Parts: sequence; structure tokens; C-alpha cells
Amino acid sequence: MAQAERLSTWQTFQQRTKHGDVIFWLLTLFFALMVVALVAAVGYVAWVGSSEARGRFGLSFLFKTGWDPNAQNFGALPAIYGTLVSSGIALLIAGPLGILIGVFLSELCPQRFKSPLSFMVELLAAIPSVIYGMWGVFVFVPFFRSWVAAPIAKSVGKSFPLLAGPVAAGRGLMVAGIILAIMILPTIAAITRDVLAVVPNHQREAMLAVGATRWEMIRKAVLPYARAGIIGGLMLGLGRALGETMAALMVIGSVKDKISTSLFGGGITAASLVASELPNANDSMHESTLILIALVLFGITLCVNAFARLLVWQAARGPVGSARS
Amino acid sequence: MSEARLLTNTNSLRRNVAVGALVREREHTDTLAHKLEAKNFNFYYGTFQALSDISMVMREHSITAIIGPSGCGKSTLLRAINRMHDQTPGARGNGQLMLDGQNIYGPETDAVLLRRRIGMVFQRPNVFAKSIFDNIAYGLRIAGWHDRKQLAARVEQCLRQAALWDEVKDRLHSSALGLSGGQQQRLCIARAIAPRPEVLLMDEPCSALDPIATLKVEELMLELRREYTIVIVTHNMQQAARASDETAFMLMDPATRSGQLIEFGPTNRIFTNPQDKRTEDYVTGQFG
Ligand SMILES: Nc1ncnc2c1ncn2[C@@H]1O[C@H](COP(=O)(O)OP(=O)(O)OP(=O)(O)O)[C@@H](O)[C@H]1O
Ligand SMILES: [Mg+2]
Repeated sequence: MAQAERLSTWQTFQQRTKHGDVIFWLLTLFFALMVVALVAAVGYVAWVGSSEARGRFGLSFLFKTGWDPNAQNFGALPAIYGTLVSSGIALLIAGPLGILIGVFLSELCPQRFKSPLSFMVELLAAIPSVIYGMWGVFVFVPFFRSWVAAPIAKSVGKSFPLLAGPVAAGRGLMVAGIILAIMILPTIAAITRDVLAVVPNHQREAMLAVGATRWEMIRKAVLPYARAGIIGGLMLGLGRALGETMAALMVIGSVKDKISTSLFGGGITAASLVASELPNANDSMHESTLILIALVLFGITLCVNAFARLLVWQAARGPVGSARS
Repeated sequence: MSEARLLTNTNSLRRNVAVGALVREREHTDTLAHKLEAKNFNFYYGTFQALSDISMVMREHSITAIIGPSGCGKSTLLRAINRMHDQTPGARGNGQLMLDGQNIYGPETDAVLLRRRIGMVFQRPNVFAKSIFDNIAYGLRIAGWHDRKQLAARVEQCLRQAALWDEVKDRLHSSALGLSGGQQQRLCIARAIAPRPEVLLMDEPCSALDPIATLKVEELMLELRREYTIVIVTHNMQQAARASDETAFMLMDPATRSGQLIEFGPTNRIFTNPQDKRTEDYVTGQFG
């Protein structure tokens, strides 16, 4: 009898928590749907806002060069090229360096320097991009022009158009890529450090116990284990580079109407193009075109993110037939 | 011994006699060379002294069991032998711990080369998230095996020795994470013996295994004894009694909390005629 009673209060309690479950479920569902709605709303605004330009240029907009607001002649190719190339350079430089910094911080750094160094890396990530841009303009651009770009253009550049001169302006895709690399370096380093920190010790010990050196241990046990997380960090850095506006605008040279064959030549990125022209767009066609550029950037980031998902998913899946699939 | 026979052999006494016979092939271990030797060895974690004044020997081609209650420093001692503590900040040993007369903590000893001579099996199976084949091949490649045929042959040989070959031969290239816990542990054993170390350290290798897998591991140890020197930490009294030549009993000093060696000697004597009252209490289960 007493037992049955206790059972029934237990059951009502369970019922109540079940309601709690439902409420919680609805709440989380609501917010999850809100994210979807936000993405859809952004996409919709860009789609509608760019209809005039889309109607006029069609798909060929993506493959056309030229930028003349007076003649209403626009092409997105220089912006797409500039965005991809500057971000690509940034990832090529900051990827390996960031991973190495993360490895150093998590695996090799003496205990007593760990927190000060980590703090500085995080500080680097917190510096506003306009300050990076300013440093780029006043310090890095002059240095790069006379000490790196000029000698390379004069020697290797003679046979490689990609590295050819002129370098007089100093600003260009390469400089922008390097500044972006410096900006995303702390992101990649900090994420790498964090994912390495959660690699279980028994994996390290297993490697050491078969006679691995520290470097072999890191390369064969620690990094493979953290692969998915590191790829995630790289993609986050790349995403930041793709969308970066201010710093890129300040050092890239703002050449909007053509693609320079040399990496030392000027260019433009999609984000900085929109940011610099939208406030003083003189007619609806110009405005609509800029919104279309934004839509293209939206598409690029979506593609990059989808690709990153694919990579992470493959990395996390591990070897064929893994139990973690 | 086949699995089927083990299953029918539920009478543990009879089983003990069967395996015990293997051990008893060798009554006298005292003529064997000293492979490992601790002389007044102390170990510290920062200011905490985890081991005090350990003196014992581990003889070549014999199995030495380390027993004692939780926290008495068994793992600490075992891990000190292959310098697994090098990664732990503040951990250090002093006194003498020797492999073939060479001080493991001496300045001339290189930890990496040392670990190639001393393999280790951990308490929890820690396979790599790689294929079964690669789990063993990693250690071999590190040790300089690069010829594909030799590598494959050695992997098979080790898997056979670890009594795992028949279970995995059709899926060598699928992930080791898909194996059961017991299979993973046997894979770890195969991995540890693959580069032919001279010493094999095992830290409670059977604590996650069922009785059948446990017996398989014990049989394996008795077989490996021919080639290797084995040191095993175990909480299982029967296991120590069944499958070891010599036994060390450790206890935590109640005052200082540091681990001490209470008694060390041939397994038979430790279990049938212990000299110390505390050993007797422990092996007969009257401890605490
Ligand atoms: N990394 C460490 N830092 C500080 N103290 C430690 C560390 N590892 C172990 N100890 C301490 O050293 C003592 C011995 O630990 P150890 O792991 O060797 O015990 P054990 O005999 O293996 O116990 P168990 O049977 O539970 O595995 C314990 O008091 C433990 O708290
Ligand atoms: Mg232990």
C-alpha cells in the first residue's frame, strides 16, 4: 500500500519533469529556428536588394571585370579574386604558424611562461582591426615595399609574373594577405592550444611508451587526435579573413576594376568594396550592385563553411569502420 | 588452452593447478640475472614523497608482481622504471634504479632509448584512433622498421602472441576503436611487445577484462617470460599467486603517506609463509 502510494507520487513527479522537458524542448527549438530565420532574413534582404543588378548583369557578373559607377559597368571578378587570394595567403601563412604556436603553448612551453604567453596571444586577438590596418599602412607597407617586394620583383619577379613589379604603391594583395595572417594568427593559435589541451594524457603516454621522441609523440599521437578541432580553428580563421573589412581596405590598394597579375599589385576584397562605397553610392543601380557583391560574399563564406564541415566530418570519422562514425 | 576448455573449467582450483604447473616449471629464481634493481630508491611528486627507500630486484626472464592497497605507490614505482614521470612537472626520483647496472635516472641515460628497451601496458587500454595494423606498426616504425613485408610479418606475429590474431585478421585495417575493451587491451600488449623490448611493464592490465581474457593474458605472460622480463602491478591476489615468480608487497606508511616495500620474495613464500604480519593480513584478505 505504502509502496503503491510512493510509486504514484514518483509518477506525478516524473510527469512534471516531462512537462519541463517539453517546455525546454520548445524553448531550444524556438531559438534554433530563430538562427535559421536570421540566416534566411539576411539572405532574403540581399536577394531582394540586389534584384536590379541581378536583372541587368545576370550570372556573367561573377566573371566580369570592370568598375565604373558613371557608366554603370560593374563586374565582381576582381572582388572575388581579391577576397579569395588575400584570405588564401593569410591562411597559408597563419595556418602552419598558428598551429606551431598552439603546439608550443600546449606541449612544449615551460609551465611558468604558459599563462603570460597565452594571455598575449589572446590580447593579440582582441586588437581592433583598424589598428592592424594603421600599423600596416605606417609600418609594414613601407618596410615590405623596400625590403621584400622590391628585391623579389627585381629578381624572381622577372620570370614569374605572379611576383612581378611595379611595387611603387606598396599596397596590394600580398600585403593585405600578410596583415590578415597576423590578424587570424591568434585565433588559430588559441584554438589549437585549446584542442591540444584536451587530448587525453594516455594517448601521449602510449606513444612515449613505444619509444617515441617528444616530436614524434606530438606529430603521431597528439596532432592526429586533435585533427578535427584544428581544422575547425583554421576554418574559423579563414572565415575571419574572408569577412575582414577595415584592415584589408587600408592596405590592399583599392583597385576595383581589374585583376593585377602580380601579388604585389593592388586589388580589392568584397567586404571592403561594399564598406567603402555603400555610404556614398550615387544611384540605385550602384547600390543594388554593392548588395549583389555582398550576396556573393555571403555565398563564398557559405561554401567555405560547408567545405570546412565536410573536412571536419571526415577527420572526425577517422579510419574506415571507426566506432566514432 | 582453448576458450571452450576455459569455459568448462569453472573450477578455479583446478585452473589454478593447471596454470600453476606452468609457473612451477621454475622453482628457483635466485640464479637468474638481475635485470632491474632498485637500491634505496625514493620518488617525489613536488614535496610529497610517494616512495621511500625501495630496494628490490626484478630478475631476467621472470615475472615480478607488485601488490598492495590502493595509493601505496605501485603505479609510481612502475612508471618510474620507464621514466613515464618525465612529463609530470615536479616529479623526480633519487637513489638508484638500474637497468642492467645502468642508472635509469643517471645523466647518461636517454629516456627515449630507455623506453625502447622497456615496453609498457597501461591500466586502461589506450589504443590510438588508427587501424589495428597501424597501432602496432607505429611503434615498429619508430624503432626503425620500414620494410613493408617485415612490418606485416611482425604485426601478425605480435597479434598471434597476444592471442588476438584470429579475432582481427580479417579487419586489420579497420579502426582499433571498434574492438572490445579486452581486445583493445590485448592489442596494447601486442603493441608493447612489437619492438622487442627487454622488459615489459604492466599496470593492472586485467582490471578491465573478463575472467577468460584475464586468463589469456596470464598465459601470454607466462609465455612471454621466455623472452622478456615482466613486472606486473595487480590488485588480484589470485593473479599474483598464479602468474608470478616473485612478489613485492607495498604499503603506505600511515604517518608520511609515502609508499614502502614491506616484503619481497618468491611468490610461493609470500603467499604461504609471509615473514611480515602485514603481508599475511593483506594476502589473506584481513587487511584494514
Ligand atoms: N601526478 C601526481 N602528482 C601528485 N601525487 C601523485 C601523482 N600521482 C600519484 N600521486 C600520489 O602518489 C601516491 C601513489 O600513487 P600511485 O598511483 O602510485 O598508487 P597505486 O598504488 O598505483 O594505487 P592504485 O592501486 O589505486 O592504482 C598516491 O598518494 C597518489 O595520490
Ligand atoms: Mg595504480
